[in-house]
Amino acid sequence: MADAGMLRFHVPEPEVRPGGTPDFSDVTIPKAGSAPRPEIDVDPRTIRDMAFSIIRVLNRAGEAVGPWAGLLSDDELLEGLRHMMTLRSFDARMQMAQRQGKTSFYMQHLGEEAVSCAFRKALAPGDMNFPTYRQAGLLIADGYPMVTMMNQIYSNEADPLKGRQLPIMYSSKEHGFFSISGNLATQYIQAVGWAMASAISNDSKIAAAWIGDGSTAESDFHSALVFASTYKAPVVLNVVNNQWAISTFQGIARGGSGTFAARGLGFGIPSLRVDGNDYLAVHAVAKWAAERARKNLGPTLVEYVTYRVGAHSSSDDPSAYRPKAESDAWPLGDPIVRLKNHLIQRGVWSDERHIQAEAEILETVIAAQREAERHGTLHAGGKPSARDMFEGVYAEMPPHLRRQRQQAGV
Amino acid sequence: MPRRTMIEAIRDAMDVSMARDERVIVYGEDVGFFGGVFRCTQGLQAKYGKSRCFDAPISESGIVGSAIGMAAYGLKPCVEVQFADYVYPAYDQIVSEAARLRYRSNGDFTCPIVVRMPTGGGIFGGQTHSQSPEALFTHVSGLKVVVPSNPHDAKGLLIAAIEDPDPVIFLEPKRLYNGPFDGHHDRPVTPWSKHELAEVADGHYTVPLGKAVIRRPGADVTVLAYGTMVYVAEAAAEETGIDAEIIDLRTLLPLDLETIVASVRKTGRCVVVHEATLTSGFGAELSALVQENCFYHLEAPVARVAGWDTPYPHAQEWDYFPGPARLGRALVETMEA
Repeated sequence: MADAGMLRFHVPEPEVRPGGTPDFSDVTIPKAGSAPRPEIDVDPRTIRDMAFSIIRVLNRAGEAVGPWAGLLSDDELLEGLRHMMTLRSFDARMQMAQRQGKTSFYMQHLGEEAVSCAFRKALAPGDMNFPTYRQAGLLIADGYPMVTMMNQIYSNEADPLKGRQLPIMYSSKEHGFFSISGNLATQYIQAVGWAMASAISNDSKIAAAWIGDGSTAESDFHSALVFASTYKAPVVLNVVNNQWAISTFQGIARGGSGTFAARGLGFGIPSLRVDGNDYLAVHAVAKWAAERARKNLGPTLVEYVTYRVGAHSSSDDPSAYRPKAESDAWPLGDPIVRLKNHLIQRGVWSDERHIQAEAEILETVIAAQREAERHGTLHAGGKPSARDMFEGVYAEMPPHLRRQRQQAGV
Repeated sequence: MPRRTMIEAIRDAMDVSMARDERVIVYGEDVGFFGGVFRCTQGLQAKYGKSRCFDAPISESGIVGSAIGMAAYGLKPCVEVQFADYVYPAYDQIVSEAARLRYRSNGDFTCPIVVRMPTGGGIFGGQTHSQSPEALFTHVSGLKVVVPSNPHDAKGLLIAAIEDPDPVIFLEPKRLYNGPFDGHHDRPVTPWSKHELAEVADGHYTVPLGKAVIRRPGADVTVLAYGTMVYVAEAAAEETGIDAEIIDLRTLLPLDLETIVASVRKTGRCVVVHEATLTSGFGAELSALVQENCFYHLEAPVARVAGWDTPYPHAQEWDYFPGPARLGRALVETMEA
């Protein structure tokens, strides 16, 4: 070779930058229904190719096809559609509330609603999620009150977290939703620990770990896979690949591994990729993985292939690093539109009913917002007391904190 | 009453806790079948089974991170980090997660874990088996930090730590595992069997967290010490003939300020000693607190004796280690000031 001896440094680049034409031609989309559905006790070595494909159920005609279809009834699907629409509407209102100065920060789910909404329906009561900041669908789909979520976002007097935590970092043990840290990847190994504890206690509950494509680069992701593999922990290891980690495209965290699901293969963990914008596929794969966990078959790694249509957070502007029309070009479409079309195809939904439902949901969200705002917003109305700041650091307040609270005069 | 080494006392604390409460789980590197490199968990796996005492992969963030998840589930993990020098990969889990879980979730989730780790030098362990990182933990709101100095306290404090509803960093001075070491490295090791604080009662008892104890009453100067330095202080007092009041802090966070202030107001002088490096060490906090609370009683500046601000060296271990001669000089200077 001509340049043998001279090393060259490699930095991956996305296909397109702002100003360019969006191009997803390198994203191979298999036909819906083409992926096999293995038995849950399958030998992981025989399904390694599933870490490189994509399980899809809904085809372009809106039909549910293949071995992963047929798990959900009309009513369950209609409920799923309502959850996703509610989350989208909730996001739009809260994003606006942030712009109006009613809170400091917000993170929306636009384009990713199917992942958390469908996953929640695959779990049983008592199971525990260890979410990131983009899985509020777990709460919406479990019936957690929107008003309570908004109270937290507003850090108002009714905030269940007493104003101590950044907006959207919810916590609800009752709804199987572990306290969101705001640090990345730390929760992944904690989920494995929770699952280990359930097994140690001969319980029947399972855990679900959540992480984004970018944070799989953290060492906690690696240690979680080691522990899950070693102790066969009853946990579903979810990776939401929404293509973007703030401004960094997924290739920076993925490196040469091909897919994020492939990370699980070296640990002997069955690893599947699924169409994250396909409510039916997400639910079916989640159900498969949850059943494996509950039957002592150990962890499953699931990569949800999706796209972050919105900005990373209210503090981010994606036009600086990716083409504006990129989300329109995303080949897996919009999860709400796809489920809507499927329900129309099933004969249980229509465009008119959809428009009507949108209006009803918006009304519900606005009503919740009004109620939350009666308890205050970040800079107006009722708020947690300064005294609350000193509480809860320990079960019992130690003398030095008591002195500081007196010093603060609260 | 039976006399036990620190190792036996620590093992006994875990044994008693595991027998009383099946939620107590013990794991870490080499902790299961083998019983730990210092043998603190010897026999626990055989007695309680592999579900309650087991080997972990070499991953400190994994050990502590999984323990946090177990605590959130409702268990009470007491995990071992093989050397305090190895805790840094778990620092994020301890600082950002364990310490804040109760606060950020408003008590929805809590984190009753104990992270045990051997600390300090004196064993020719070089820079990776000798560090004293306590100040990295006393700076963190939400943690408790404990450093026992003898078998009796070690057992009672560890049981109290396991029963505590919040995360506890439990630093075990490894040079004290087999005897009360006073810094005279050239003399034969005194075994715990010759020391009355090695009398460890069978069964359950606790030594409360947050309470210091006066090891040697005195009138001239207060010495604030913990861990190995308690014995160094005793030797320094004896060798200088200075009537030092030696306080063994036992818990650094929360700190027993009352005992400290009462003593310094009585003696009017204070020397702080620790093995960790000087700058931003826990001694800085102690001397600030003493001058804030005892300024009008002080006859001399508060002195600090600590490890030099270098990494912990290997061949120069005894030049680095703040032994009785160095502390003795500080006592004399403080008396003369």
